[in-house]
Amino acid sequence: MEAGVRPLPKMDYAAPSSLKEVFNLLKDYQDRARLLAGGTDLIPKMKKRTAVADLIIDLNRLPGLTGIELRGDRLHIGGLTRLSAIKESPLVKEKAPALAQAIGVMASPPIRNRATLAGNLSTASPAADTAPPLLVLQAAVKMASALGERIIPLSEFFLGPQNTMRRPDEILTEVIFPVQEGSSAFLKMGRRKAFTLSVVSAAAFARVWQGKFEEVRVALGAVAPTPIRGRKVEEALQGKEVNEQNISQAAELIKGEVMPIGDVRASAEYRREMSAVLTRRVLAQVGGRE
Amino acid sequence: MKVQFKLNGRTISEEVEPNETLLDFLREKINLTSVKKGCDEGDCGACTILLNGKPVRSCLLLAVQMREGDEVNSVEGLAKPGETSEIQDAFVEKYGFQCGFCTPGMILTTKALLDEKPQPTVEEIKDQFEGNLCRCTGYQQIIDSVQRAAELRAGKS
Repeated sequence: MEAGVRPLPKMDYAAPSSLKEVFNLLKDYQDRARLLAGGTDLIPKMKKRTAVADLIIDLNRLPGLTGIELRGDRLHIGGLTRLSAIKESPLVKEKAPALAQAIGVMASPPIRNRATLAGNLSTASPAADTAPPLLVLQAAVKMASALGERIIPLSEFFLGPQNTMRRPDEILTEVIFPVQEGSSAFLKMGRRKAFTLSVVSAAAFARVWQGKFEEVRVALGAVAPTPIRGRKVEEALQGKEVNEQNISQAAELIKGEVMPIGDVRASAEYRREMSAVLTRRVLAQVGGRE
Repeated sequence: MKVQFKLNGRTISEEVEPNETLLDFLREKINLTSVKKGCDEGDCGACTILLNGKPVRSCLLLAVQMREGDEVNSVEGLAKPGETSEIQDAFVEKYGFQCGFCTPGMILTTKALLDEKPQPTVEEIKDQFEGNLCRCTGYQQIIDSVQRAAELRAGKS
C-alpha cells in the first residue's frame, strides 16, 4: 500500500432516493458532507485523509440522473452516467467522438465502470480528460439545488484545481452540448500508453468548408490550473485554409496560453513544448490532414 | 446498517459499518480471501470483483452501497467447490500466474471480457487488462491464458 492509505474513518452514510432529500442533507451538513458518485476519486482521498466528511451522500440511488439522450439538436448526458456507458454509447461515438476517445484512455475499465461524468468534472482536476472534449463541444453543466436549476457554460465552470462554480448546496445533474456538423478528436500524452494521468491532453473540433476552417476550437488539459480553450490558436485559424503550415503556425500560439507546472510527470518546459505538438496533431486530425 | 445482496449466487444479509469497504467486508466478514488487498486505492486490480457482471474495484466501494438485486461474484463462485472453471483451467495450463496474488482479479476480468466478447483479439485483451497489475510481469502468459480460456469455452480441447 502506498504510504498514507489507511482504513476509512468513521462517518455517516445516507443514500437518498430524491433530490429533495439530497438538498436537505446538504443544507444541514454544508461542507461536512461529501457527494459519492463513482467513488473512484473520493474514496482514495478519504483513505489518505486528503478529503474528510462527516456524512457521505450516496447519489447512486437517485432516479433519472443517468442516460444519454438526443433532445432536439442537443445531447444530454445524465451526471451519474458511468464513463464506460458514455464510451460505448453509439450516440456519443457518432456525435462526439472526441469524448468517447478521451474516456477510452482514462484510467482502466474497472474504474470507468464506476466513475461518472459529474464526478470527473466536479473533481476539477486540471488533468480531467473529459473536460477538453466537452470544452470544444461547447458543453454546459446543469446544476440543481433547492433554489432551482442553473446552467453554467463549462468554459466558466472551472475556477482552479479542485475548485469550481459549484455551490455547496448544489449537485451537477446533467451535461448538455449542441450536436454540430463537423469533426472532433482527442489526443493524450502520458508517461506510458495506458492507465495513466495526462502530461498533456488536447481536443479539437472543426468544421471545414471548401478547404477552409469555417469553425475551429481547441482545448487542452493538464497545462494550466484548469482545462483551457486555446482562443489565440482558434482566432489565427478562423477562415484560414486547412494546410500544414497554417496549422503549425497557429499551434505555436498555444505556448503563450498555457501556464503549466512542473511535477513528477513532466517539467513545465516539456509540457509547454508538447502543448504545441498535441495542438498541431489534433488540429491536423479534425482538419482532415491526417 | 443492514445490507442484503446476492453473493456468488446466494443471498446474504449482514450488518455493516458505513466506513467498511466491500473489499474488507468480503475478506474479513465473509472470509472470501480470493479478493486480495493490494494498493487499497484502485490502482492495482487485485481486489477486482464482478458487480452485476462488470469488473469493479471492491476497495473503492462501500459495503453499505450494495442493494437488493445487486449480484457480486468472486472467484469462489466460478465453479462448484472442488471444481474449476474453464478460465481457471486455462490459467493453470498456460502458467498464467507466478506468485498468484493478482490471479483472482485477472480471472474475473477474463470472465467479464469473454462474457462480452467470446473471441477477443490480443489488443482487446490488453485494453481490458490495463488496470490489472502483475508484479511478476507474466503478462504474456496471462494473454495466452485468456486466449486458451476462449478456446476452452468455445468447446475446443
